[in-house]
Amino acid sequence: MKVAAVQRILGRVAAVVTLLLIRATCADVLPDDRADLFYSKYSGGGMDITGDSVAVNKKFTENIAAQLNYFVDHVSGASIDVLSQASQIRDERIQKSAALEFVHDKTTYTASYTSSIERDYRSHTASIALKQDMFGDLTTLSLAFANTVDKVGENNGTAFVPVIDWLGHAQSRSYDIDWSQILTKNLIAGVNFNVITDNGYLANPYRAVRFLRAPPNLAAGYQLGSQMYPDTRTSTAIQGEAKYFLPYRAAVTGSFRYFRDTWSIVGKTFELDYTHPIKNIWILEGRFRYYTQNHADFYSDLFDYAGQYRFEARDQDLAAQENYTIGAKATYAFLPNGWKIFKRATVTFDASRITFHYLDFRNIKYYGLPQYQPGTEPLYQFNATVYQVYMSIFF
Amino acid sequence: MPAFRPLAVAGLVLMTAACSNLQPWVKPYERDKLADPIMGWDRDAISAQYLDHIRETREASRGATGSAGGGCGCN
Repeated sequence: MKVAAVQRILGRVAAVVTLLLIRATCADVLPDDRADLFYSKYSGGGMDITGDSVAVNKKFTENIAAQLNYFVDHVSGASIDVLSQASQIRDERIQKSAALEFVHDKTTYTASYTSSIERDYRSHTASIALKQDMFGDLTTLSLAFANTVDKVGENNGTAFVPVIDWLGHAQSRSYDIDWSQILTKNLIAGVNFNVITDNGYLANPYRAVRFLRAPPNLAAGYQLGSQMYPDTRTSTAIQGEAKYFLPYRAAVTGSFRYFRDTWSIVGKTFELDYTHPIKNIWILEGRFRYYTQNHADFYSDLFDYAGQYRFEARDQDLAAQENYTIGAKATYAFLPNGWKIFKRATVTFDASRITFHYLDFRNIKYYGLPQYQPGTEPLYQFNATVYQVYMSIFF
Repeated sequence: MPAFRPLAVAGLVLMTAACSNLQPWVKPYERDKLADPIMGWDRDAISAQYLDHIRETREASRGATGSAGGGCGCN
C-alpha cells in the first residue's frame, strides 16, 4: 500500500473518530501518582545489556499530569555479526522521555518527547495521542501519531577509543489506532492497528553481506561486503487481544499479531498469559510467546557474487526465524496501610527465557572447519535470558 | 476508492450508534471484576516497553503492541 493511500485512509478514519468524540458525558480520571525504580539484565547471543531506569508520574491537578523517565542501557560483548568481523563493543544508551497528560471530560490528550542517545546513534521522537471513553465507558478508542528522526553512525575506532563516522539520517512516522471494548462482565477485548513509514538510511552499519570469492567454487571461500538497503519501508501491524476473568480470581490473556511490510516480511506473534493473585499480597504471572517471520526479499545468507542484486542484506533480523519465550513474573505488595506520604508499594521480579532459531542465517563462526564450506554451516541459534527487578511506589 | 468502502460503512455505523441512546450492556455496578488490577492491559509500562525494545531489535515486526521504545540496538 502506498504511503499516500495509507495517510489518506488514516485521515478519513480520524475525521470519523472526531465526530464520535462529541459524545462526552462525564469525566475520565488520571492514574495515581507513582514512582518506579527499574533494573534489567539481558544475556544472550554474546551480548550482555544491563538497564537502569527511574520514572515518575505526578498529577498536578485532577486534569493535568506529567511523566518523566530516565533509562540507561550498558551494552558489552558483541553479536554473531560483530564477532565474525573481530570487533567487540562497549556502549551506553541514554533514553530520556517526558510526557504531559491533560484530561477533559472523557478525553485524555497526551504529548510526549523521547530522546535516545548512543555514541553512534541518535534518535528523537515527538508524539501526540488522544484517548476517548465512550458508549457508557464500554469502549476506549485511542489515536496516536509519532515522528522520529534518527542519526545513524558507525564506530570505526575501537570500543574504548571510538571514531564515529556519521552515515545518514532516517525519518519514521507511526500512526496508531487502538480500540478496547468491554464485551461482558468478565471479558474485555482490543484491536490495535499500526502503520509505520520510514525513509532515509535504514541499514544496520554493523552487518555485512557475504558472497562467494570465486563462484561457483565453494572451496574458494567467501568475502564480506557492504549491505545495500532500500531507502523506504512501510509496515502494517494489527493485533487482536482478549482478557478473560476466570470463574475464580485469575485472568487469562490471549493475543495474535499479524505484521507485513514492503520488504515482503510477514511476521506472526501468538501470546498467552495467565495472571493469578494470592490474596492482595502477591500477583503471579506466567506467559508464553511464539514468533515467526519469513525473510526480507533482498536478504540472503550467501550471495553468488558482489553486487548480484540492487539491494542486498545479511542482517539476522531480516532472516527467516522463529523464537519462543517463556516468562514468569511475581509482584509483592507491601505497605498496605501506607507510610507517611506513600499509599502503597510493590516490588516485582520478572524472568524470561527466549530461544531464537534462525531458518536461513548460518553461524559463520563454524566456517574454517574442514567439514563446512560457505553456505553449509549450521544454522544460527541462541538462548537469551532477561531479568527485570523493579519497585513501584504509589503516593 | 474500493478499499475505503468498508471503513466508510464502519464509520457510518459508529456515527449512527454515537447519535443514538446506546445503553451500556455491562452496567457500572457490574464491572468489579473488570476493575481488578489483574485485568489491566499493561500493569507495568516500563517493563512492557523494555521487552518491546528487546524484541524490536531482534525481530523485523514492530508496532501494534500498545507501547513504544527507542534506540537502535544495532550490535
